[in-house]
Amino acid sequence: VNPRWIAIAVAVLALIAVPYAINEPYYVNIASQILLYAIFALGLNILVGYAGLVSLGHAGLLGVAAYATAYLLASGYGHAVAIAAALVVGLLASAVFAALSLRASGISFLMITLALGEIVWGLAYRWISITNGDNGITVSSRPAPFGLSLNSATGFYNATLIIFLLAIAACAIFVHSPFGAALAGTRDQPRRMNALGFHVWMIRFWAFMFSGLLSAIAGILFVYYNQFISPQALALTASAEGLLMVISGGAGTLLGPVIGAALVVIVKNVVSAYVARWNFMLGAIFVAIVVFMPEGLVPGTVRLTRAAWRAANRPKSAPVAEQES
Amino acid sequence: MSFWLLLTVNSVTFGGLLFLLSAGFSLIFGLMRIPNLTHGSMFMVGAYLGTTFLSGTVGFTVNFWVAAIAAAIEVAILGALMERLLLRRLAGQQLAQVLVTLGVSLMVADLCLMGWGGDPISVATPEGLGGFVRAGAAVFPLYRMAVIGIAVVFAIALWLMLERTRLGAMIRAGVDDPQMARVVGIRVSRLFTIVFGLGAGLAGFAGMIGGPILSVYPGLDQDMLPLALVVVILGGTGSLLGSFVGSIIIGFIYNFGQALVPELAYFVLFLPMVLVLVLRPQGLFGGQVL
Repeated sequence: VNPRWIAIAVAVLALIAVPYAINEPYYVNIASQILLYAIFALGLNILVGYAGLVSLGHAGLLGVAAYATAYLLASGYGHAVAIAAALVVGLLASAVFAALSLRASGISFLMITLALGEIVWGLAYRWISITNGDNGITVSSRPAPFGLSLNSATGFYNATLIIFLLAIAACAIFVHSPFGAALAGTRDQPRRMNALGFHVWMIRFWAFMFSGLLSAIAGILFVYYNQFISPQALALTASAEGLLMVISGGAGTLLGPVIGAALVVIVKNVVSAYVARWNFMLGAIFVAIVVFMPEGLVPGTVRLTRAAWRAANRPKSAPVAEQES
Repeated sequence: MSFWLLLTVNSVTFGGLLFLLSAGFSLIFGLMRIPNLTHGSMFMVGAYLGTTFLSGTVGFTVNFWVAAIAAAIEVAILGALMERLLLRRLAGQQLAQVLVTLGVSLMVADLCLMGWGGDPISVATPEGLGGFVRAGAAVFPLYRMAVIGIAVVFAIALWLMLERTRLGAMIRAGVDDPQMARVVGIRVSRLFTIVFGLGAGLAGFAGMIGGPILSVYPGLDQDMLPLALVVVILGGTGSLLGSFVGSIIIGFIYNFGQALVPELAYFVLFLPMVLVLVLRPQGLFGGQVL
């Protein structure tokens, strides 16, 4: 048996065992949060890591789906209708985002997605007749698929875990498919890919749609998890958090965003418990990671430790040699 | 009648403020090829620092204009320091630079919340400008006219600086082709610091003189940054004329939008952006495609 499969099986079993091992609703809820943000980060990573397109408006996509769910539920529709409609609305929003932002690439792509995300935020904040403005929309109940209640922390964790496993499997298939290879090609050599007959724009568009689908799923989970949605969930800070998850774990890897999501959620909950300055911390971590370990925390730590080890063990050089260098 | 006239005056005033904000943003983008995501923060910090000077917390009270200029100078220094100490370390890595400005903007927002609290601070209209000018049946608020005047003066001064001075010629060369500018002996990296400081100072100044109109509150940065982005997407990057025309257009759309469809004021901003991106991706006056 391939050791990789054994590792995956062990990881899945460990994830299934989480609620029974910790058995404390508060911590099980944090685990659910990690998984739902991991889905969001996986979606963003498709663009950031594999397409080389850094989006700063993805919280807007998450928010559109979350608001659609909350609005339809508040208007009296059932869960199935609300979820299906939210997915459709999320995909439509992704298509609009993609159509506009893919006019550009690189920094300009980032700028356009940022502007689009802020516009969605502005809509959530000001379009009071739909979104209830700053007060947000409360969702009174969670769905009960196949008669299984999601009201307990464990029930919700299990549902999130199933969706998370499907999402990461979908990402793995996507990345290793010929389409994924073509996407990585458009990231590294867009002009050559174009010359080879690949439709670069179309490849990026479908990658964006896949990323948007995962964001929408995360948005639906988000609104059911919190049973509440307000414009804060769509703010630039939320997009920045998502991006931090991707780049802190390591963009362009499958596990990186998951580790990043765990890190950000845990740090956020720990910090929020002691100080009310999460945004300051978020900014500071961002600057520190970008300046000191741009490749992500895990590879970055390895590199810095090695460098420190080498510096400590370096033989003392004579003053003359120092001047020469 | 007077409703529309007042709305027009407000739009032009807001456009003037946006110009002060986005001119620097556009120049920084033109020269360094990065959107400075702290630009909204600089606007807000300028306003907060200005109100602090005004309130006399620093030990002495000063005139509104002195406070505005002092705030602008401080913000300019902060901007130049950020460029030298943080962005310079990441020279050539645009994405990293943008992410650093994003991180700094989050930190600044939280620091301002810590320093000045969560309540909005209103800024008194400077003495002598609280009144109105009458022209026939129409009434114009004096302060707003003054803001328009200031914006026009700054536009002309910036234009003269860019077109008629040695420094301006160097900046234009840097915007057009940084590598060639380096080759002919222009110290482009020093220009980065100058332009970053200048842009930050302008934003800080705009924040303070916008104070009597917008007041100062947490989240002001997040309100202004997207407007600067939209202006620059609309007008084109690195072009002073582009940011001027873009600012006036956005000033009108935003104010008319807020008066006519208040719930969708943010959304109507979206329309000119969509049109420009689809029909003319380089912006109305931009040389390069975004």
